[in-house]
Amino acid sequence: MADAEKEIFPCPMKRMKGNENSVRNVKTPPGEAGVWFASMGLALGLSMVVLLFGLIFVRGFGFFWPVPVMQIELQDDSEAAFRGATTFAGALAKTQQRTDRIVSESVEEFERDQDEESGALATIVDTYTEIQLFVGNRDFYGQSFRYFREDEIQSTTFPSDIVRAERRIEGDGIFYPQRIRQVDGSEITVDEDGFEETMARLVREARARRAEINRIDRREIGAINLEINDIHLELRYLQRHADEGEARERRIAALEERAERLRESFAILEQRADELRQLNRGNTLFFQRADGSEGQMAIGDLYRFHYPNRIGIFDRVVLFGIHFWDFVSGYPRDANMEGGIFPAIFGTLVMTLIMSIAVTPFGVIAAIYLREYARQGPLVRSVRIAVNNLAGVPSIVYGVFGLGFFVYFVGGSIDALFYPMSTEMNVPTFGTGGILWAGLTLALLNLPVVIVATEEAITAVPRGVREGSLACGASKWQTMQRLVIPASAPGILTGMILAMARGAGEVAPLMLVGVVALAPNLPVDTNFPFVHLERKFMHLGFHIYDVGFQSPDSEAAIPTVFATTLILIMLIVALNLTAILIRNHLRKRHKASAF
Amino acid sequence: MDTSNDNSERSPDAGGEVSQPRMQVERQALGERGTYRQDYISFLNYSFFYGPAQVLYDIELAMPDRQVTALIGPSGCGKSTLLRNINRMNDLIDGVRHEGELLIGGESVYDPHLEVISLRKQIGMVFQKSNPFPKSIYENVIYGLRVAGRKKKSVLDEAVERSLRRSALWDEVKDRLHESAFSLSGGQMQRLCIARAIANDPEIILMDEPCSALDPVATGKIEDLIHELKENYTIVIVTHNMQQAARVSDRTAFFYLGKLVEYGETQQIFMNPANSQTEAYVSGRFG
Repeated sequence: MADAEKEIFPCPMKRMKGNENSVRNVKTPPGEAGVWFASMGLALGLSMVVLLFGLIFVRGFGFFWPVPVMQIELQDDSEAAFRGATTFAGALAKTQQRTDRIVSESVEEFERDQDEESGALATIVDTYTEIQLFVGNRDFYGQSFRYFREDEIQSTTFPSDIVRAERRIEGDGIFYPQRIRQVDGSEITVDEDGFEETMARLVREARARRAEINRIDRREIGAINLEINDIHLELRYLQRHADEGEARERRIAALEERAERLRESFAILEQRADELRQLNRGNTLFFQRADGSEGQMAIGDLYRFHYPNRIGIFDRVVLFGIHFWDFVSGYPRDANMEGGIFPAIFGTLVMTLIMSIAVTPFGVIAAIYLREYARQGPLVRSVRIAVNNLAGVPSIVYGVFGLGFFVYFVGGSIDALFYPMSTEMNVPTFGTGGILWAGLTLALLNLPVVIVATEEAITAVPRGVREGSLACGASKWQTMQRLVIPASAPGILTGMILAMARGAGEVAPLMLVGVVALAPNLPVDTNFPFVHLERKFMHLGFHIYDVGFQSPDSEAAIPTVFATTLILIMLIVALNLTAILIRNHLRKRHKASAF
Repeated sequence: MDTSNDNSERSPDAGGEVSQPRMQVERQALGERGTYRQDYISFLNYSFFYGPAQVLYDIELAMPDRQVTALIGPSGCGKSTLLRNINRMNDLIDGVRHEGELLIGGESVYDPHLEVISLRKQIGMVFQKSNPFPKSIYENVIYGLRVAGRKKKSVLDEAVERSLRRSALWDEVKDRLHESAFSLSGGQMQRLCIARAIANDPEIILMDEPCSALDPVATGKIEDLIHELKENYTIVIVTHNMQQAARVSDRTAFFYLGKLVEYGETQQIFMNPANSQTEAYVSGRFG
């Protein structure tokens, strides 16, 4: 069979891979080595992607998983002892090999350690295994993580009645609850029946009150604060202009009256919130840490608790879900170290949407002009090269440009025209970084991506379609509008997907044009006019930077950083999936234009 | 019908009728077939250039109304260029220019007062590769009407049925008018393109090798269609297929290297060519 083939086809034929028989008989064509290189490149790239994503997924999701808590007993002479105590309880964070090189500290030590024959310094090397425990109780230990030498650990136990508690401040606590003193003075101790139920009930009640306090704080007091700020600004403005007579006086009086009324309702709300806070402080939990030291806390400061060594797999999954939900829907607290990242998710989403809305029309229009209307020549070619090169400009440069152009020039002009008060009182409205300017800066950054993708999509529309349309008596613009743009919509969306992925992950330029570590308000809320594009905002990428590199306890921040990164990636994937679904839908409509 | 050479066919006053009414009006005034004007599309001393390269040399050619004129010749001889100049499709290419005159119904297509869009609305065109738009069959047919701003549904429905019936496609697609045009077979697509070309009720249909990508059965259908369409339309067809030219056309023009070598009744061109090059080409000895 193969011989016969050779006679008919004197040169080696390229074959399908599955056809092994003939592959063996045909001499390998010279191009085959390239396949190896290509596949090696792919394997390298794939393994890097898998490793990176695998790390982020494992560490990111691991953040939410309720792990068991181990209690360890150290040798009495251990250096890791804390205030004389050698018992610690905590969740295992990692196990690692460590090698210490002990360097002589004094001349005597140096002489002692020196090798006698060669005179060289003999380093003393100490290699051991150590574990890192999340011991929590930052208020007590000063940091959340501690290292212990494995060979110093005498015993390890998993006590079933130890509790891991999520607290308002100072991170998680790990302790044995002892007794609860309720607001009416009654006490219930851990040995009594119904202790756990009582604790769970009190925590639940406290949570409901806290939700109410948050509602009052964010919604009602927030709205009043905004208005009072505006009134104060106007009052100060009016007091500067002391020459406008009676009308001005009336206005001032009206404003002051309004401010007074607002302050009154503010006081009422504040009082209600204070009452609730008081109630939340009423119940006290007394507990004992692993080392025997005692402590107490208000149950109102206890957000959630669970028995990490007692619960089954089902409860763990439920807790995992609760932790995850708390993280994505909660507001940050305790210098962004604790709580959720909802404002950052929301800010990232809104900013990415603003960017997409801004970049797509501009990019598409520019690409249409470049490809369809401009006379193809050296000028257009150089414009195209310039556009492509724009994609290589460092993103921080775009940030500087955004600050200069959007924030100071455009924003400043808007303030000068429409917000005379902010200009004069030096309280800029649009003339400072905000989510709109951040979105527009990123739109600028991604313009080349959209232009290139759109140009390619437009070029890919077959000539026959255009000619057919023109031959039907359509004008060039009608042809573009009715055939070329719809047919290139999938390609335009591809550009948008790339732009969104890049835009959502970009941090550097945002730091100049409106991102903050902690924004008091969301860019969209229930206060008129509901969309506040001038506001500063939080962003997941910047949050990663802030938590990971600006926080006091970087060790404790690592899990949060992984979880935030995971959420950022999930957000980008979700945005891209949406765009891809739309694209596939469009492709189906315009499919088979293959001619 | 006149069997003499092309030059004598042009009536001397044809180009001079400056105040000629629009083509449509003129059409109604004409009576039976024999009285249609013989120089409906006429090239007068026409040359055409792509930049510095000349592709057509001094063409003198008059095509009669309501007849099929076939343009034959080897590849690169300029016959497609000639065809595409009739509805000025070549204007899309940068750096083209022409000399001489091209008249349709006595009016110059290069008249500065004539908008190229309205010219194209009166000339349907069918391309070598069928090029249906990525839309439904229905929308494909009425594309020309849509871009002309026609919105009334009854008019559009009527145009769809009429055009599809004329292009012998109605019975095959009447139940799936709103499906994608890409669901049709190759031959059906080409007939759809013909339907699209005649939906605007044009005067002229230009066909640029309409059957080159089709199998013999589909080709036969298209040829039958051409026979029917010439009752109502003036058809100019470019073809590489000698038998096809002989079958469908009334008149044939043979081009070689940008020059019109011979033009006359199809029968005469194929049976008794005056020029030896023509004879060599139609008998298959060169080209």
